[in-house]
Amino acid sequence: MSIHSSTLAELAAGLRKKAYSSVELAKLYLDRIESSQSGLNAFISITREEALAAAAEADRRLAAGEGGPLTGVPIAHKDIFCTDGVRTTCGSRMLENFVSPYDATVVSKLKAAGTVMVGKTNMDEFAMGSSNESSYFGPVRNPWNTALVPGGSSGGSAAAVAARLVPAATATDTGGSIRQPAALCGVTGLKPTYGRVSRYGMVAFASSLDQGGVIAATAEDAALMLGAMAGFDPNDSTSVDRPVPDYTATLNDSVKGLRIGLLKEFFDKGLDPSCEARIREALGVYEKLGAQLREVSLPSLPLSVPTYYVVAPAEASSNLARYDGVRFGYRCENPKDLMDLYCRTRGEGFGAEVKRRIMTGTYVLSAGYYDAYYLKAQKVRQLINRDFERAFAEVDVLIGPTTPTPAFPIGAKIDDPVTMYLNDIYTIGANLAGLPGVSIPCGFVQGLPVGLQIVGPHFGEARVLNVAHVYQRETDWHRHVPDAFK
Amino acid sequence: MALTREQIESIAHLARLQLQESEIPVYQQSLSSILDFVSQLDRAETQGVEPMAHPLPGLAQRLRPDVVTERDAHERYQANAPQVEAGLYLVPKVIE
Repeated sequence: MSIHSSTLAELAAGLRKKAYSSVELAKLYLDRIESSQSGLNAFISITREEALAAAAEADRRLAAGEGGPLTGVPIAHKDIFCTDGVRTTCGSRMLENFVSPYDATVVSKLKAAGTVMVGKTNMDEFAMGSSNESSYFGPVRNPWNTALVPGGSSGGSAAAVAARLVPAATATDTGGSIRQPAALCGVTGLKPTYGRVSRYGMVAFASSLDQGGVIAATAEDAALMLGAMAGFDPNDSTSVDRPVPDYTATLNDSVKGLRIGLLKEFFDKGLDPSCEARIREALGVYEKLGAQLREVSLPSLPLSVPTYYVVAPAEASSNLARYDGVRFGYRCENPKDLMDLYCRTRGEGFGAEVKRRIMTGTYVLSAGYYDAYYLKAQKVRQLINRDFERAFAEVDVLIGPTTPTPAFPIGAKIDDPVTMYLNDIYTIGANLAGLPGVSIPCGFVQGLPVGLQIVGPHFGEARVLNVAHVYQRETDWHRHVPDAFK
Repeated sequence: MALTREQIESIAHLARLQLQESEIPVYQQSLSSILDFVSQLDRAETQGVEPMAHPLPGLAQRLRPDVVTERDAHERYQANAPQVEAGLYLVPKVIE
């Protein structure tokens, strides 16, 4: 078996056994990243020099018998996380030359854990998109078929892990941006509970929904990464002060008697029948392991996409007001006055989808429309939240599809925002209610991976990862790698 | 719901976005279709429902002692600014 097809856990073990050094691993993955770049475009920045220095330091610690379980493993960060001294573009022209003066908490925690950053992954501009086509740095391509999208907004992280350009990468999820690309690329993507992972230094999109997480090959790898990323941070006012369990300790817990809820609203007419067949097969695996399946209904859930497309743009329009061409970021040429500076900087610095969301948000918050749109959406958000609360009184986890279809062609939906938004129909609910969710590969439809989504109650990451892991013990879908990257 | 050209121009002004002439009809069409789509929310019965601003109810804003916790790093931060002079951000003249 080639080294690059190893999981993060296997690489960590290999480093301790001195099967290879951290520097050797970093070089191996950097070479893979560089040679794939023209085909996949999964990275915005490749940080060879910094990576080799960090890997040499990790090798010194390993030789001295120091370090933790992640010391020396190469990872990538989504280019939404600030990285001290390395540019952080958020996929936008606005931040094309922005060099972060500090590390995001996620980045500093993973650095302290000894991981080696090899680069920053491509993404939809300001994390606004479901196809990675809105990046200023060009679309990412799906490693399973480069004519198709990898999903978004964490499309670079998902494609990079799927092609084994890195064993794991950080990602963020505001409406499905970890789980949807993980599903479309056939990898494991974990969105933690809102407040579990610090948002400090993670470029803000919609602050009541944004949550950092991870994309990796397996649930075990996601558990290792989450353990290093999670925890209270005084620099994030919505960070939750609650102990971080050892997520790897409960991975093998039995699922006998586990109550699995099937959301009636997820098995609707919009779900591709071939994808549904893969999901039903996966449910059969859980039944064989002794879990109980029962149908549950969340009647308000069909309103989650329209709710999101009021709340998220409203928060985005406010968050993105900071890009004014004065303190950092892009500035237009020869502004004639301050208003011209603001308007042209923002008109030229933001791409089409970002401008669309800023304008949508501005409209729904404007005088006379606030109650009809924003307040109404916040109330429907509460209804959806209550639906989930009721469901989790009856079941331990909810399982269903991550997306209605497998990956679609680049260009197919880019001109029709509402159709694009409906890609996230099964993922947005968890964001509105702040719940943890994971997507794992559960088979293929015409050569394209299908994702199974497992959603748990607040702070149920350990359970969600446990449910994902027992499935991955029974199946090998997570071991499949596209031919071109074997 | 169809937004007029004037409405798009007004929203863009509020958002401080200069649009190209060719962008206006595109946003007229797409914002109108987004607003039509979100108008489904009207169907929901929300009388007496408390609006939800945040997914973790009961999480209160934390306060901290009002003491200096960071060192001055303005030169480092201003290295990202488009135009700086003597530690000040430069913008076009505002007052004649």
